[in-house]
Amino acid sequence: MAPLLEIRAARRDFATPEGGKICALDGVDLDVGANEFVTLLGPSGCGKTTLLRAISGFEMLDSGTIQLGGADLTALPPFRRPVNTVFQSYALFGHITVARNVGYALEVAGVAKAQRDVEVAETLEKVGLAGMGTRRPSQLSGGQRQRVALARAIIAKPKLLLLDEPLSALDRNLRQQMQIELKNLQHRLGIAFIFVTHDQEEALTMSDRIVVMRAGAIEQIGTPRDIYRHPRNRFVAEFIGETNLFAVTVDRLEGDTALARTAEGVEVLLPADGRKAGERLTAILRPADFTIAAQGIPGTVTRAVYLGSDLHLSVAPEAGGPDISVAIRDGLGVGEGTRLHLAHDPARVHVLEDA
Amino acid sequence: MALRRQSVILGALLAPVTLFLGVFFVLPLLIIAVFSFLTPGLYGGVEWAFYHWNYGRIFGWADGIMEVYEPIYLRILLRSLIFAALTVIVTLILCYPVAFWVSGLPDRWRLVFLFLITLPFFSSLIVRLYAWLLILKPTGLFNTVLMNLGLIGQPLEILYTPTAVVLGMVYVMIPFMFLPLYASVDNLDRAQVEASLDLGANRIQTLVKVILPQTLPGILGGAVIVFIPSVGNFIVPDVLGGAKGLMVGNLVEQQFLSSRNWPFGSALSMIIMAVVLTVLLIAVARARKVGGHA
Ligand SMILES: Nc1ncnc2c1ncn2[C@@H]1O[C@H](COP(=O)(O)OP(=O)(O)OP(=O)(O)O)[C@@H](O)[C@H]1O
Ligand SMILES: [Mg+2]
Repeated sequence: MAPLLEIRAARRDFATPEGGKICALDGVDLDVGANEFVTLLGPSGCGKTTLLRAISGFEMLDSGTIQLGGADLTALPPFRRPVNTVFQSYALFGHITVARNVGYALEVAGVAKAQRDVEVAETLEKVGLAGMGTRRPSQLSGGQRQRVALARAIIAKPKLLLLDEPLSALDRNLRQQMQIELKNLQHRLGIAFIFVTHDQEEALTMSDRIVVMRAGAIEQIGTPRDIYRHPRNRFVAEFIGETNLFAVTVDRLEGDTALARTAEGVEVLLPADGRKAGERLTAILRPADFTIAAQGIPGTVTRAVYLGSDLHLSVAPEAGGPDISVAIRDGLGVGEGTRLHLAHDPARVHVLEDA
Repeated sequence: MALRRQSVILGALLAPVTLFLGVFFVLPLLIIAVFSFLTPGLYGGVEWAFYHWNYGRIFGWADGIMEVYEPIYLRILLRSLIFAALTVIVTLILCYPVAFWVSGLPDRWRLVFLFLITLPFFSSLIVRLYAWLLILKPTGLFNTVLMNLGLIGQPLEILYTPTAVVLGMVYVMIPFMFLPLYASVDNLDRAQVEASLDLGANRIQTLVKVILPQTLPGILGGAVIVFIPSVGNFIVPDVLGGAKGLMVGNLVEQQFLSSRNWPFGSALSMIIMAVVLTVLLIAVARARKVGGHA
């Protein structure tokens, strides 16, 4: 089955005030399936908003195409695209009631008032704002405004909903609650979401697939697990979650394991599969991949922080080099200054060849 | 105690302003109000006897001997209102799109433009109106250019017509319309405009349902500050108007200067003020309603 949204070789340059050019989208290819939850993730200025605006029609592409459900959107103005947006600032209409805000898409489409009222009530119910229709946006809390923005964007049943950092203005608790609600809503409505966030944790918990962007280009597309466990390069590895990167040289092979060392002499074990001594590569280990054991990398705890059930440690290897981040379940008796050995399962190591 | 002292200080601070407004604003107004009910003196000035025929002349209950009812006064008043309304409409239509254009300019050019629009204030109004006279007269720039282009066979009669008066007032009032409009257009939440387009409203629907309501305070503000001085304007019709362009402001001017009938001039002024106040109250009520919704 063809994907819902197909973006091919999308390119968009902006002129800088200094007379130069900045490439906000540099040949982006992206497919989004019906009812898929896709997150755009990347550092500030990497082109996430530009990509969303290109889909909604507020930025025209310099080249490339955008198709939705087989129809070419590339040259259509925003109001002809069956795509709706939840704006970061919500952009609610201040001069009309919540109900008219929510019913706006139907109103401009010429739906009769009676029909509209029914659908507005239903949609408000869906986002948990039943009975708030007569208020003004200014009489709502931040979280409620967010829901109005959401209700307004879904009432016309778009095939695709675009959300540009919709939760960034909310406090942590509300944010987590909204994350769950958004995800549920997306499931129930059966429409595709493209969601922009700065927050990698948010991306990991909510998405079916994550698109990692850098400088206008896509670095990697994959499921959260894929992106986390098998980052394609150093940038993705460092961007998603806490990471320990070891630039190592293979020292010798011992059966199924290859033994590699950093320049300082920290020892990392990898699966042998066909490696040769002298090979240089980058080994990636996540904090949770380490355990405290009788032998392994010797080091001293420089910092210990409890985060919920996990104990997060920074361990300075005795051999030298950057501190290693470690997350363990059972940290009884471990504190700052404790000397210990860190062991890891060679199979957990993810290897980047281009070291 | 502290409260007491504060109010004393506040009183002391406000006293000069109160005095100034009392003497230079309220007092003249009171004088005009009182004069409008006094008997005109034979050679100007007033006689201190109650006299309601100043209003009678205008509204139709004149005694027919000393004072004659002349419907022309009401007609001139009506004409002034129409001219002022036209001025509001034309300046609004001219300034609204320009306000959008200017607020989209890069900072530097925006400042240049805002400076340019206030430039007329640096020279005398009379001089500028005489320049218009030179442009509009039968042998003036406007007609010469049109004739040389072959667009017209003989000069258009624009000078000393109502058209010339409205044209002149539009010219004078443009900055007063532009500045409040610009302020509210510049304040317009562009994200809301995008939201409207995003939700499927085309450009005209977006203009009517989002942009106009959001900029209504500026539109009303501009309309009020253009309308008020336009109704009572006498300089523009004086220079460009001729007999058919006479406005109620000219009438007042005449009564005080050449006819030396102060009470009648005062009565006319009071009527202008009543009309203007009514318009203002309506506009404020409307703005408050919209503002309350926001
Ligand atoms: N209208 C514009 N004119 C000029 N440059 C622009 C314009 N819009 C975006 N850019 C530039 O394009 C690049 C991408 O911007 P974009 O807003 O898409 O980034 P982003 O990934 O959304 O960043 P953030 O996470 O900070 O929101 C940036 O370098 C930005 O400066
Ligand atoms: Mg952005």
